[in-house]
Amino acid sequence: MDLVTKKALQKSACKIRMGVIEGTYNAKSGHPGGSLSISDLMAYLYFAKLHIDPNSPDMEDRDRLVLSKGHCAPALYSALSLRGFFSLDELKSLRHIGSMLQGHPCINIPGVDMSSGSLGQGISAACGMALAGKLDDADYKVYAVLGDGEIEEGQVWEAAMFASHYKLDNLVAIVDYNGLQIDGTLSEVCSPEPIPEKFEAFGWHVITMDAHDFDSIENAFNEAESVVGMPVAIIQKSVKGKGVSFMENQVGWHGKAPNKDQYEQAMAELQAQLKELED
Amino acid sequence: MAEEIKKATRDSYGEALRDLAEKYPDLVVLDADLAAATKTGTFKKAHPERFFDCGIAEANMMGVAAGLAACGKIPFASTFAMFAAGRAYEIVRNSIGYPHLNVKIGATHAGISVGEDGATHQCNEDIALMRTIPGMTIINPADDVEAKAAVEAAIQMDGPVYLRFGRLAAPVFNDVANYKFELGKGITIREGSDLTIVATGLMVSESIKAAELLSAEGINVRVLNIHTIKPLDTKLICRAAKETGLLVTVEEHSIIGGLGSAVTEAVCDCCPVPVVRIGVNDEYGHSGPAVELLKEFGLCAEAIAEKVKKALELKK
Repeated sequence: MDLVTKKALQKSACKIRMGVIEGTYNAKSGHPGGSLSISDLMAYLYFAKLHIDPNSPDMEDRDRLVLSKGHCAPALYSALSLRGFFSLDELKSLRHIGSMLQGHPCINIPGVDMSSGSLGQGISAACGMALAGKLDDADYKVYAVLGDGEIEEGQVWEAAMFASHYKLDNLVAIVDYNGLQIDGTLSEVCSPEPIPEKFEAFGWHVITMDAHDFDSIENAFNEAESVVGMPVAIIQKSVKGKGVSFMENQVGWHGKAPNKDQYEQAMAELQAQLKELED
Repeated sequence: MAEEIKKATRDSYGEALRDLAEKYPDLVVLDADLAAATKTGTFKKAHPERFFDCGIAEANMMGVAAGLAACGKIPFASTFAMFAAGRAYEIVRNSIGYPHLNVKIGATHAGISVGEDGATHQCNEDIALMRTIPGMTIINPADDVEAKAAVEAAIQMDGPVYLRFGRLAAPVFNDVANYKFELGKGITIREGSDLTIVATGLMVSESIKAAELLSAEGINVRVLNIHTIKPLDTKLICRAAKETGLLVTVEEHSIIGGLGSAVTEAVCDCCPVPVVRIGVNDEYGHSGPAVELLKEFGLCAEAIAEKVKKALELKK
C-alpha cells in the first residue's frame, strides 16, 4: 500500500475511534473495546474497499456488510457518518430515545444492510445475501464481521457449512480475534480455538491478518479476491480497545462507557495520534 | 352428503409453490432436510435451481431467508412447525421480524395431528409464539383451496408471514364458486344466532360438522373460519359476540396463546361475552394415529358439539 493511502486510512481509523468514544460516552453505555478493535477494518472497508454510495445507500449492486458482532455498532456508525451516510452529530445521540442510532445495528439506518446484534445470526443473513448475489449473477461481495466469542454460537457453524456447500466465494467473513469476551479470555470462558483450523475444516479458505496494519489488511483482502469456489474467512488478530491506552487488552472495557475523565483522556490520546498523522 | 375429498394442506403448499414459481420469478424455497415431508420437494422437482436445502440447521435457514429477502428475493423457509416457530423463534424474531423482511415461513406438521411421531414433533405452541412478534402475519388455512390461496396472498404482501400447514388429510370444503381469500378477513361459513364457533385450520371442518349435529337438536350455530390469526378480523368477531352473546373457539393448538387467546383479547376490548376455548389443554401430546388422537383430545365434531351444549349454559 502506498504511504499516502496508508496515512489516509490511519487517519480515518483514528477518527472512527474518536466517534466510538464520543458515542459511548454520550450514551453512558455501549461497547468500546470491540469497536476499537475493528476500527482499522472499518476504515479499510468503508474508505478503500466497499463499492458503496452514501448518496444512494440502497444501490442494488452495492457491496453488503453485516456487522454480525452487532454490539460494535459504534464503530460501524462512526465509519458510516464519516463516509457521509449521515451527519457526524448523530453519533452523540447513540442509544438515546428518539435516535436513529439504536444500540445495535438496525436496517433502517442509511448504510446498514442488516439488523444484527443477537450473536451468531448476522453470518446467516450474509449467506443469504451472497446466495442472492449468485442467483442474480451480481458482482457484489458480502462481508460479515464476527466476534471471536461470537463464534461459540452454533448457528455460526450451521452458516459455515451452508456457505461452503453452496460455494459462496462472494462471501468474506472477518473474525475479530481479540481473545477477550465478556466473562474473560476465550480460553477461560469456553474456547472456540483453534479458529483457523475450524473454518478450514468447514471448507473455507482461511487468511490471517494483523488487524492494525493496513499492509496486512490489504494483502488479506487481495488474497480473498483471488479465491474461487469457496467462502473466505479472514481471522484478524486484534487488540481489544486498540488506540486507547487504558482500554487495550482489558476485559472490563467490553461493555462499559468511559466516564468524563476517561473520555477526556481517551480523546486526548486519539487527538495526539491524529495530530501525529497529520504532521 | 357427497363423498368427502381429503387432502393435507402440506400437499397444497408444495403444489402452490410449484405452480406459482413461474408467475413470481423472485420466489425461492429453502428447506431443512424435510422436503419430502413438508412437500417443498414438489417445488424442488419442478424448479431445482430455485430450491436450497439448508440441512438440519433451522436457525441458519431462517437467517439465510432473511438475507435473501434483504436482496429482493421472496424466500419460503420450510420445516416442521416445531422447528420453525420453536427452535428458530429467536432468529425469526430478530433476523426476520425486527427488520420486517419479506420472508414467508412455511411451517408444516403443526398440532397433534402429526400423530405417531409424538410430543416432540407435535407443535401446539407455534401460533402463540408467532403472535408475539410485531408485524408478523399468521395464516392457518383450513383446506386445500384455502392453503393455495394463502400461499399466493403471502407472496403478494410485503413482510413476514407464518403459514401453518398440517400433515393429516383434511376435508376440502372451500371448493365453491364464491370462495374468496382475503388476508385478515374471516369467513362466515354458516349464520346462526345462539352462539358462534370461531374456528381455524383443521378444526373448521370439524366445527361445521358440529354445527350440523347441533342444528339437528335445534341449536342455531354461527361458524366463522378465521384463517388469518394475525391481523385478526376483530370486526367480524366482535359482531358475532354482540349478535350471538357467546363464543366458542376451536383450534388444533394450545388453548394458551392461540386463536382462543386472540379472540378473548379482542372481545375484551369490544364486547365482553363468555368465550369457551377448545384446543389442546396445557399438556403435551403423545404418539398415536392422528384421527384417534384428535378424538382423544376432544378435537372432533362430536366432542365440540358436546362442549358447545355445555357452553350454552353460560348464556342462561
